Amino acid sequence: MLANIAIVLFDGFAFGMLLFVLSVGLSVTLGLMNFINLAHGAFGMLGGYVTVLTMRQLGFPFLLALPAAFLGAALMSIALERTLFRRLYRAGELNQVLFTIGVVFVATAAATWFFGTVQQVIIVPTWLRGSVDVLGLPLTAYRIFLIVVALIITALLVFGIERTRLGAQIRAAVDNQRVAQGLGLDVERVFGVTFALGSGLAGLGGGLAIEIVGLDPSFGFHYLVYVLIVVSVGGLGSISGSFFGAALIGIVDVAGKYFVPEIGSFLIYLLLVAILFVRPLGLFGKR
Amino acid sequence: MFARFAALVTLGFGLAWSAQAGAQDTVKIGVILPYSGPFADAANQLQAGIDLYMAKHGDTVAGKKIEIIRKDTGGPAPDVAQRLAQELVVRDGVDILAGFALTPEALGAAPVSAEAKKLMVVMNAATSIVTEQSPYIVRTSVTIPQVNTAFGQWAYEVAGVRQAYTLVADYGPGHDAEKSFSKGFTDAGGTILGSDRTPVANPDFSAFVQRVKDASPEAVYIFVPGGAQPAAIGKALVDRGLAPPATKIFAQGELTHPEALESMGATAKGIITTFHYTLERDDPLNNEYVEAYRAANNGRSPDLFSIGGYDGMHLIYEVLKKTDGSTDGDALVEAAKGMAWQSPRGPMSIDPETRDVVQTVYIREVQEVDGKLQNVIIHSIPEVKDPLHGQPK
Repeated sequence: MLANIAIVLFDGFAFGMLLFVLSVGLSVTLGLMNFINLAHGAFGMLGGYVTVLTMRQLGFPFLLALPAAFLGAALMSIALERTLFRRLYRAGELNQVLFTIGVVFVATAAATWFFGTVQQVIIVPTWLRGSVDVLGLPLTAYRIFLIVVALIITALLVFGIERTRLGAQIRAAVDNQRVAQGLGLDVERVFGVTFALGSGLAGLGGGLAIEIVGLDPSFGFHYLVYVLIVVSVGGLGSISGSFFGAALIGIVDVAGKYFVPEIGSFLIYLLLVAILFVRPLGLFGKR
Repeated sequence: MFARFAALVTLGFGLAWSAQAGAQDTVKIGVILPYSGPFADAANQLQAGIDLYMAKHGDTVAGKKIEIIRKDTGGPAPDVAQRLAQELVVRDGVDILAGFALTPEALGAAPVSAEAKKLMVVMNAATSIVTEQSPYIVRTSVTIPQVNTAFGQWAYEVAGVRQAYTLVADYGPGHDAEKSFSKGFTDAGGTILGSDRTPVANPDFSAFVQRVKDASPEAVYIFVPGGAQPAAIGKALVDRGLAPPATKIFAQGELTHPEALESMGATAKGIITTFHYTLERDDPLNNEYVEAYRAANNGRSPDLFSIGGYDGMHLIYEVLKKTDGSTDGDALVEAAKGMAWQSPRGPMSIDPETRDVVQTVYIREVQEVDGKLQNVIIHSIPEVKDPLHGQPK
């Protein structure tokens, strides 16, 4: 029984880490610029398709396709940020929501046009298949890989935010945008870079997600709900918030389905409501 | 008063005349499908089946031109399907309703077909009750009890499985599948160890698979909707060591469609599924069909939706030939009753009493053939009817 609980916790944590990679970018950009980007999931989808294309058409190995997914989504987000998103920074929240949800519709239609409605398939290397014995527990190889990737990303992000110049600028802009601007920080440029990084991470998440949840043109909508839950539970603008929020949601989702399958799929929503009642800003929200 | 009456009569004549003029040279078929939304892929595959049949047999039958009018429901939307059916009948003046990938949408449109006395060809929706909702409904796809009850019996009697666990998606078709497999299996003498239901849009199956594993059954029976889930659940099973030969995996055919097989890889070997259409079945009619389908669809293979659309068009063409082009609903449905033909899927017919499809059920095992994973037929059960029709509810 203990072994089962350990396996369920592990599976849940791994699923949470996938959610973390998909959502951390949105959390940071929302906290930084109060820009509500519901098209975040669409960048995840783009990353997924880049992974599929580079692996199938160009014969990239999986480990090389993932950085390509990051780059593809990041480049596309820079282009869109320059041409479209930038115009809406000062617009009202409703305009932002309507505009970005429209982008998701366009992305869905574009994906259908180029790739069709079919499920996309990738073939991961053999060392990522099956399960591995860790301390007597049969753990799924791919999920171990997911956790390792997510931990590396977390470490890089925390290091980047705490130690680098850009990180300091991002923190300053999140804490008080007007003062930061007054001190000569180019907040829009900081935001542009952050936006590209966040979208790139979503793209990476999309590439990682194919093996667990598949990929089709409705991806951008499907995972939007999970991403938004993680962001609101974790709190805006906080990397550690996204990390713990995602881990919590992943574990509660999997454990709920395991122990009480009849209501398991509702538990995360109950949890969301409960957390927001107690802490309206999320677990780690600052403002 | 008289003027108004005269106007009405004139209008009436006018309408009758124009309807007749329309009926003389064309037969309009209104196709209602979820072309967009989460079931877009099913609709597109079904439409491709319709298109292939028309490309092959021309668009003229019994001296009349066939005209297809497509309507998009945008998802599982029974109310939209009903409204579209009404519009098609009243405004576009269609003679036949067709399509219907999803049971709720077929149920939504059924009253319109009954009221307007229009032949309604259900090309997919696979819940047993669909054909009972209107005397003008004919089905050319499959019913879930049809393929699964026989499968449950086979699992006990031929495969020698004594106890099993069922894991199905939590919606109508999933409940039907769970019920009919369990019925076939327990009537034969088997025991169901446990049954779980997964959310219809389930992103992660690990928890459910772990529950199955804890019960350590001889076999697990799976039903999930096509799309992303077959590969996801298949991988979740084999990653946790729930794989043949140690644990038998039984499922309806969606689980091992070509894309899912490709993504599961060699681990899919030994999965046993039940279905009415098998892509790899070696038969001249089927080989020709698959080849033409791939040529018309960028190499994409046909699936259950495609064959439902293809045979649905065949039925429409044949009944029109029988009625010599008359589009009277009663004449068409009479012509359809008892009709039998050779389809790429194998021999099939329409039950004269229930207007439902009667066909061979194939039990297939995933095997490696020439280095490629395929569904190989290991057993076929001919002339299976839906076991639920005519039974007390």
